[in-house]
Amino acid sequence: MSEVISLPTKIPHLTPDEIESPPLSISQLTWRRFKRHKMAIFGGVMLVAIFLYSILGSFFLSEAYANHNDMKMSFSAPSSQHPFGTDVTGRDILARSIYGGQISLLIAFTAVVIETFAGVLIGAAAGYYGGWIDSVLMRITEAMLIIPELFLLIVMAKEFGGKIPTVNILGREFSGSVIVIVVIIGLTSWMYLARIVRAEFLSLKENDFILAARSTGTTNAGIIFRHVLPNCMAPIIVTATLGVANAILAEAYISFLGLGVQPPTATWGNMLDGAGKYYDSAPWLWIFPGMLILLTVLSINFLGDGLRDALDPRSRAV
Amino acid sequence: MDQIHPVILQVEDLRTRFHIPEGIVYAVNGISFILKEGETLGVVGESGCGKSVTMLSILGLIPIPPGEITSGKALFRDKDLISLSDSDFEQLRGNEIAMVFQDPMTSLNPVLTIGRQITETLRTHLGITQEEADQKAIELLDKVGISEPASRLGNYPHQFSGGMRQRVMIAMALSCNPSLLIADEPTTALDVTIQAQITELVLHLREQLHMTIIWITHDLGVVAGIADRVIVMYAGFIVEEALVDDLYEHPYHPYTHALLGALPRVDRRRDHRLNSIPGAPPNLLVEPKYCPFAPRCTHVIERCWIENPPLVEIAPDHKAACWVNIDTSLTGQPL
Repeated sequence: MSEVISLPTKIPHLTPDEIESPPLSISQLTWRRFKRHKMAIFGGVMLVAIFLYSILGSFFLSEAYANHNDMKMSFSAPSSQHPFGTDVTGRDILARSIYGGQISLLIAFTAVVIETFAGVLIGAAAGYYGGWIDSVLMRITEAMLIIPELFLLIVMAKEFGGKIPTVNILGREFSGSVIVIVVIIGLTSWMYLARIVRAEFLSLKENDFILAARSTGTTNAGIIFRHVLPNCMAPIIVTATLGVANAILAEAYISFLGLGVQPPTATWGNMLDGAGKYYDSAPWLWIFPGMLILLTVLSINFLGDGLRDALDPRSRAV
Repeated sequence: MDQIHPVILQVEDLRTRFHIPEGIVYAVNGISFILKEGETLGVVGESGCGKSVTMLSILGLIPIPPGEITSGKALFRDKDLISLSDSDFEQLRGNEIAMVFQDPMTSLNPVLTIGRQITETLRTHLGITQEEADQKAIELLDKVGISEPASRLGNYPHQFSGGMRQRVMIAMALSCNPSLLIADEPTTALDVTIQAQITELVLHLREQLHMTIIWITHDLGVVAGIADRVIVMYAGFIVEEALVDDLYEHPYHPYTHALLGALPRVDRRRDHRLNSIPGAPPNLLVEPKYCPFAPRCTHVIERCWIENPPLVEIAPDHKAACWVNIDTSLTGQPL
């Protein structure tokens, strides 16, 4: 600042617009912070691409084709007719990865809805009410935590798998095992979220604004859902996002062990089932579904990281 | 006070304790006072003397446990607030009794727009639509002196300054036209010019809305400016209660004397050291059996160590709790 600034001789009359530019809304601020996270942007774009792949793909290849066995064509390497090759029974891997993606993503997202619902309710009740409610709920949470999740998944999948008949949702046939897997993943993953929500509630409920809200006659439910919960949306959204990645992996584990969604319904996980035996002779069996799982999980983790930074309402960064 | 003014709040022998690992905190030890409609009551005392706990007990905002209200009544009109059920309290709080808190920086929810926070109270108690509530919120913000209230509804608390946030808190408190407003050190966290503005605002609104106010503070200057009657609290007891002018001109209790004597004055020499009260407030973990001020009192007699003096009328509209009748000239400078 070397040049001399000449002062205006008269104080100009400012219109309200000039005095104060309209403040950025929370969503604008969040978007600004999110944009700076290059990997999160990459994750978001990638995830959208994977979604489009599994949704738009079904307009080109039918599910019947994805489930069509052609023993003459089994173990064909990628070619122009079968770009991703074919599997043990000669099914087209491209088509199966499209439909498998739908099921895997569906499982992951619905499982996370169950996880979030259970985790938030249990955590909020424990953290807000405290006392014996807290003790009971947290002991249940701990009991669930000390059972190895994979073991629980396997036992529950064995116990309930195949007992539920095929269901028809939106004109599509789903093997009953899809629902079993969704519920199992949802019910074995809410514990971390419950603990996070409980911890948030424990500290947030001590705030003056909670006392202030009570002093205006707000009910307990009103305080939990309208005052405390919005304050811990950031960790909930981040945990839920990362939960999607975990659910995809969990589905892959049990399906890989042959206990998950039963063929012919394809998922990325059960496409890997059996591919292990031919990992060197027919690598296309695992490369394509494996890559899709890897890319999805990676993108979701990047996205979660970006959201974590962007959603912090106390962050001063602009 | 006028005979025609009915009693709005009558507190009798209120005792509140907290159970903590170290023992029992005797926070409020038998408080009784009467508040008449339209009156402004100042409650003064140092930090931890039970001012806020008294008010929170009355409003049912004491967390139980660790808190416990062991005895007492608080009749608001004809309802006993101490034995009121949770759902009845939710009806009452914010509707008939409202509270303004000390720190406006932390008393607003940071992730909700102020419009939503004001309209929530309105909708809870008045059962009106969101549009009507928005309209009412705009009027309220205008009333507490926030410019361009309509465009401010969508703002978040961090976009407001401390003084403006306290105005918002007052707007929220006033939203349902409460008959009793409890202001818990509403100006303590603000700087002096804003303090004056907020005090002025409340006084102005008191005229307009005919509210009864309890104003908790440790600023004797503020009390002198706004209160009709003053209660002086010490270690969970009321030690003196008087009309405001009476208290400043004829303080009776040695603690009130000491408090007034500790005020900085403009007419003293620059190098004059401020008076302070020697010693420290009593440990509230010990059950009070004798006068709590005795260890720091310059007029202490043997009886002070044996039993706690009751609050008795020493002149019309003037009560004090002290065994000694000290002459005001003894300690020097009554204001």
